[in-house]
Amino acid sequence: MEPAGGGGRAVNLFLEVVQWFGDASNWSGTRGVPSRLADHLAYTVQALLIAAVIAVPIGAVIGHTGRGGFFVVGTANGLRALPELGMLTLLVGFVGIGLLPLTIALVILAVPPLLAGTYAGVRNTDPAVIDAARGMGMREQEVLTKVELPIAVPLILGGLRTATLQVIATATIGAYIGLSGLGRFLIDGLARNDYTEMAAGAVLVAALALIVEALLGALQRLLVSPGLRTAQASRRAPRQAPVVAGGIAS
Amino acid sequence: MIWSWIPSNADRILALTVEHLRLALIPVVVGLVLSVPLGWFAKRYPFARAVLVPAAGVLYTIPSLTLFVVLPGILGTRILSEINIIVALTIYTVALLVRTIADALAAVPGLVVAAATAMGYRPARRFLDVELPLAIPVLIAGLRVATVSSISLVSVGALIGVGGLGEFFTEGFQLQFPTEIIVGVALIVLLALAGDAVLLMIGRILTPWNRQAAGGAP
Amino acid sequence: MNRTLVALAGLLALGLTACGGGGDPLSGGGAGTAANQPPAAPDVIKVGSANFTESRLLAEIYAQALETKGVKVERSFGIGSREVYFPALKDGSIDLIPEYTGNLLQEIDPQATATASDQVYQELTAKLPDGMIVLEQSAAEDKDAVVITQETAQRYNARSIADLAPHCGELVFGGPPEFAERPYGLPGIERLYNCTFADFRSLDAGGPLTIAALTDGSIQAADLFTTDPTIIDRGWVALEDPQNNFSAQNVVPLVNEAKVNDQVRQTLNSISAALTTDALLQLNREVANAAENTVEQVAKRWLTANNLG
Repeated sequence: MEPAGGGGRAVNLFLEVVQWFGDASNWSGTRGVPSRLADHLAYTVQALLIAAVIAVPIGAVIGHTGRGGFFVVGTANGLRALPELGMLTLLVGFVGIGLLPLTIALVILAVPPLLAGTYAGVRNTDPAVIDAARGMGMREQEVLTKVELPIAVPLILGGLRTATLQVIATATIGAYIGLSGLGRFLIDGLARNDYTEMAAGAVLVAALALIVEALLGALQRLLVSPGLRTAQASRRAPRQAPVVAGGIAS
Repeated sequence: MIWSWIPSNADRILALTVEHLRLALIPVVVGLVLSVPLGWFAKRYPFARAVLVPAAGVLYTIPSLTLFVVLPGILGTRILSEINIIVALTIYTVALLVRTIADALAAVPGLVVAAATAMGYRPARRFLDVELPLAIPVLIAGLRVATVSSISLVSVGALIGVGGLGEFFTEGFQLQFPTEIIVGVALIVLLALAGDAVLLMIGRILTPWNRQAAGGAP
Repeated sequence: MNRTLVALAGLLALGLTACGGGGDPLSGGGAGTAANQPPAAPDVIKVGSANFTESRLLAEIYAQALETKGVKVERSFGIGSREVYFPALKDGSIDLIPEYTGNLLQEIDPQATATASDQVYQELTAKLPDGMIVLEQSAAEDKDAVVITQETAQRYNARSIADLAPHCGELVFGGPPEFAERPYGLPGIERLYNCTFADFRSLDAGGPLTIAALTDGSIQAADLFTTDPTIIDRGWVALEDPQNNFSAQNVVPLVNEAKVNDQVRQTLNSISAALTTDALLQLNREVANAAENTVEQVAKRWLTANNLG
C-alpha cells in the first residue's frame, strides 16, 4: 500500500490542483472555467429571480395580514426535506431533458427561504411604527410597501443569502442531467476518475459560494433602512433564514 | 406511477431505507457530540468564536456533491466507502450546530448563571444541569434542521454509488422509470418529517418548564 | 436534572445501535485484502455494475444465478464508469462485475492493439493484475459505435466513420465524459480516421441524455452501444468501423480470484455460454419498458428460459 500518509496525499492533490488552475487550456472554450462559471451563474440568477417574484409578494402579504403564518413555516420546513437529486430526476420525467427541470427544481428550493425571510421581516416590524404610519393616514398597501418592506429588507436579504447558497449548491447537480455549470468538473472528473479535475471543481464551487455569501452579507449590512441604523439595530443583526425558520417553528 | 412495483420490491426498499437511515443519523449523533464542546468553547472564548464560527460557515457552504467527491482523495478512503458520506454529513452537522450551540449558550440569561454559581454549582455541573438544559430549545431547533438536511443529502451520494434511497433516483433516471423516483422522494420526505417530529417531541419532554408558560410552540 | 444527560445518552445509544445493527460503517465496502485469502467457499460475493442499463442487467443475471446456487450475494449497482469501478474491484469493495473484453483490455493497457476476439481475450488474461481473473468469454458482444441519424447519414452519404471523417469538423459529438479521453474514444477516432469533431458534449453512457440529445439535434453524432434497440427503432445508423477502432467486446465476468470456486466458475460460465448478442438486444428491449419489466424480472425470465435459474 501507499507509504505516504494522509498528509502526503493531500499535499500532492493540492499541488496538482494548483497546476490545473495554471493550465491555460482550462480557462478557454466551452469546457473552460469562465464559460462554465457563466452558465452556473445564469442558472442561479434565473432561478432566484423567478423565486423572488413568487416568494416576496406572498411572504409580504402573509406577513402583513398575519394570516397563513403557519403555512409559511410549514412549507419552509417541509420543502427542506425534498431531496435535490430526486426532484431533478423526477422533473426530467415530466418536462424532459434540458434546462427547464433544473430551473423548476431550483425555484422550488429557493422559494422557502425567501418566503420565510420576507414573512419574518415584515412580521418583525415594530407595531408602534405601523401604528404611527396608519395614524399618518397611510393606506394598508402603503403601510406595507413604504414602511414594512423597507424595514424588512435585512431579513429578506438574509433569506436571499440562504436561497442563493442553496441554488448555487444544487446547480452543481445539473451536470448529472447533462447541463453545464461548475458541476461539470465534478461529474466529468468523477467519470474519468480524475481527482485533480474533481478537486478543482470543488474549489471553484466553494469559492463561488463563499464570494457570493460575503457579497450578500455586505449588501445586507449596507441596505439596512436608515431609520434602523442604530447601535441597537446592528446588534439585532439579521440571522440567516434556517435559524429564523427554526426559531419561528420551535 | 406503477403501484405494483412497491410490493414486488419491498425487500430492496426496506434494505435501502435502513442503509439510508444509518448514513443519515450517525452523522447527526456524532456531529452533536462533537459540537457541544466546540460550541461551549466558542461561547467561552471570543477568539475561539472568531475562528470556529467563520470556519463553520465556510464548511457549511461547500455543496454536498463536492464534499462527497473530494473526501476519498483527502481521507484515502475507498470510493465506495460509506465513510465518505458519514464524514461529509458529520462536517455539515458540526458546522451547523457549533454556531447554534454557541448562540444558545450565549442566550442563557446571565442572572440564571450567576444564581446557579451562588447556589454552589461548580462550573461543570452548572453547565450540564443549568446552561445546557436552558439551551435545549435552540439546540433542538438546530438538530431538526441538521437531521432533515442529513436525511435529504444522503441521496446525493448515489452519484458516487453510495446513496441509500438515492439509488432509486439514478436507476429511475437511467431506466426513465419515474415510479421508483417517486417512491424514493416520498420515503425521504416521510423519514425527514418523522425525524423532525421525534426531535420536536424530545424537545418538549426535555423542557417541561416551557410547557407551563404560554402553551409552548404554535 | 439529569434529563439532559439521559437524552444525550439516549441519542448516542440510538446512534450506536444504528452503527451495529446495519453493519459497521468502518468496514467500508469490503472486509480485508481480498486478493490474499484462500479460495474457500466464498461467504459473500459482492456484485457490482456500471452506470448503464445493460450492465445492471448482466450483473443481476449473475447475482440471481449465484443466489439460486445458494451463494450469498450483495449488490452494488450503478457504481459509475470503469474508471470508478475498476479500482473498487481492486480494493475489494466489489468482487464481480460483468465486463467487455476489448474496453477492459484498453483500461489495463492503453497501448493494446489487439482487435480480434481471441487475441483480445488472450492478452486480457495475460495482463490482468494479480488477484483478478476473467472467466470464459461469451459470444455475446456489445460495442461502442459512432451513431448518426438517418438524415445525417443521407446528407453525407456516410456508412462508415471513414465516410464521415471529412465532415466531422461540422458536427458536435456526444457521449459519456470518459469517452473524450479513452484510447478508443475521441483520441482513437482522430488517430485512425482523421476525424476531429467540432465539440464534445459530456452526457451519459448510452443513456437517456445521449439519446435525447441525438433526437433533438443538439448533437449530430453519438457514442451508443450496438445492443441498444433505440438505434434500430429510430432508424439511426451505427457507422461501420473498418479500422477496428472499437475492438472485440465479448461479455465476460471479471472476478476477484479469491472468490472463485468450482460452483461459481461453472455458474458464470454457463451464463456466458447461453448469452448471445441477439439475446442482449432482446433483453435491452424488454427492460426499456420499465413500467412492465423491472431489471430483476427480465433477468429472472431469461435465467428460467435458459434453465439456469
